[in-house]
Amino acid sequence: MSRQRALLIDITRCVGCGACTEACREQNGLPEVEDTDLSANSFTVVQEKGDYYVRKLCRHCVEPTCVSVCPVGAFTKTPDGPVTYDATKCIGCRYCMMACPFEVPRYEWDRKAPLVTKCIMCHERVKEGGQTACAEACPAEATTFGYRDELIEEAHRRIRENPDDYYDHIYGEHEVGGTNVLFLSPVKFEDLGFRTDLGERPLPELTWEILKKIPTLVTTGGVALAGIWWLVNRRTTVDQLRHESGERHPHQPNTTDIERGRDNG
Amino acid sequence: MAEKIKKLTFWNVMFGLIVIVGVIATIRRFALGLGATTGLSDAVPWGMWIGFDVMSGVALAAGGFTISALVYIFNLKEFKPIVRPAILTAFLGYILVAVGLLFDLGRPWFIWHPIIFHNPHSVMLEVAWCVMLYLTVLALEFFPAFLERYRLTKAVKVIKIATPVLVIAGVLLSTLHQSSLGSLFLIVPHKLHPLWYSTRLPWLFYTSAIAIGFGMVIVESYLSSRAFGKSLERHIVIDLSRAMLVSLVFLAVLRVQDLIARDALHYMFQGTFEAQMFWIENALLIIIPVTLVAIRRIRHHPMGPYFAGLSAVMGLVMNRMNVAVTGMSAHTGYYWPSWEEIMITVFLVTLGFAAFAWAIRNLPVFGHTPWREVVYVNPLQKTPASEQSPALHPANAWLR
Repeated sequence: MSRQRALLIDITRCVGCGACTEACREQNGLPEVEDTDLSANSFTVVQEKGDYYVRKLCRHCVEPTCVSVCPVGAFTKTPDGPVTYDATKCIGCRYCMMACPFEVPRYEWDRKAPLVTKCIMCHERVKEGGQTACAEACPAEATTFGYRDELIEEAHRRIRENPDDYYDHIYGEHEVGGTNVLFLSPVKFEDLGFRTDLGERPLPELTWEILKKIPTLVTTGGVALAGIWWLVNRRTTVDQLRHESGERHPHQPNTTDIERGRDNG
Repeated sequence: MAEKIKKLTFWNVMFGLIVIVGVIATIRRFALGLGATTGLSDAVPWGMWIGFDVMSGVALAAGGFTISALVYIFNLKEFKPIVRPAILTAFLGYILVAVGLLFDLGRPWFIWHPIIFHNPHSVMLEVAWCVMLYLTVLALEFFPAFLERYRLTKAVKVIKIATPVLVIAGVLLSTLHQSSLGSLFLIVPHKLHPLWYSTRLPWLFYTSAIAIGFGMVIVESYLSSRAFGKSLERHIVIDLSRAMLVSLVFLAVLRVQDLIARDALHYMFQGTFEAQMFWIENALLIIIPVTLVAIRRIRHHPMGPYFAGLSAVMGLVMNRMNVAVTGMSAHTGYYWPSWEEIMITVFLVTLGFAAFAWAIRNLPVFGHTPWREVVYVNPLQKTPASEQSPALHPANAWLR
């Protein structure tokens, strides 16, 4: 497996110029719109949070929730990092939108044959050894592209060398099992609107805990039900045969044949 | 008699209006797309069609598998007269679920994709497969009604041999997808309010589905007695209400235990919007029906089990809506269904009722003669229904 690529977004360096969003529009052929949040027309936005600028985009989780929930497997975690989307498979159930812990996938609500939209980390460019359009366009090196392990090392180095400038945490190193978009911040992440209650456990494990029990449930359940059916109905048949041959039922010594006949009827 | 015709006319007019508005809403939905005709958005991607049409629809159809299990696996012959109506309801219910999905899916023409594209890690795939297979099982289980109608006794015999296999398959498939509709929400621990989010959601969904399966059969029996003069014998309805009581108490225990285990009991007393919804839901789903059925005089009153069942049905619908929509609203944002969403739902339910009515009139469902020949049986009358019902139609010999 090839090493995973990732993006490191250093909020202390971002000047909010919006070059990344422009480059993203050009790369993905998106219309010029002024969105303040992700939409079907904006795969990334720069949001103003107090004194800082925070980019929003797909986090390309190491164990992505969208990949796990999609019934038809329209999402793929590629070995080199990006989480891609196969529009030809999508049926439009929107479970990915419900499930994503970062609330990234958007829907083309205005189209008659709508699709899910999200950043795919310029997968074509990455595959050919290039970097993402946003990282290439960033004039302040606030968004940098590279190998995930190297970027984590680099992030730790920045925190170590300038401890006063950084909050001591790399968002995305461990959140929901780790993401391929990493953030460095000058302040606490919750102050910038990041969810800090997500935990380190990949969310797909929650549903897999149940799903992996299905084969056992089907086999043991099937055998148990068939067994109950056989036992219960066999007893009825035996009772009936006994009744027909005039024999007394061992558990009903005082019941007359007439009464029993009514019960069985 | 004149009054009855007027009443019938009123319902016919209502039916016509609902169909016209429903067809207009349907055309708008597919001509203009989801954005223009629903209250859905990026923040609230699932709404009424999922919460009511799909999630509640599947639960309300649970009577099909519970009753057939009681009769064919546990050999409780007493319930045999309700196997057919219960399976018919389930069959129609699941068809409506599938049709409702066609409205909700963004690309409904690809609804068959789960057959060829598989992601075994997806709960949604499991639900899709179970619903497809169970719909097939239900069709086979209800098929004898058509065969008997046309006196194809040999074919009936063939299906009868397969009955135990079909019933066991039905129980397994229902167990899987009824619980899996709850498992769908295991993946949103940070979005769903702690009054509903639990790792025991599959158990809670399964138990409530079983309870509501009984409740729905009671409600249905009452409605068909009013509409077609076909009701179940009183002692069956009373026993059904007892079965509902037991499963609801089981649900209540499971629920309280779950809240205590998760240390979430205090959320009930916070006076938040979610807490209010939780109380209304549980009053309707558990407290009211359990109280009504537990009191002997009410349980034996002709209307008692009906009101208990109706309350539980409404509570169940609230529960599913709360899990799928309301319980997440604090996190996601405001949602209110559009008139198209509401009217398409009303339209589908009305079509379901119409199909049920047609089947009751034309097929051996309730084990009486076809509708037009039967006298109207007032359920409030004290005489047991068994004494009033006419002799069995030859096509209904299977009841013996």
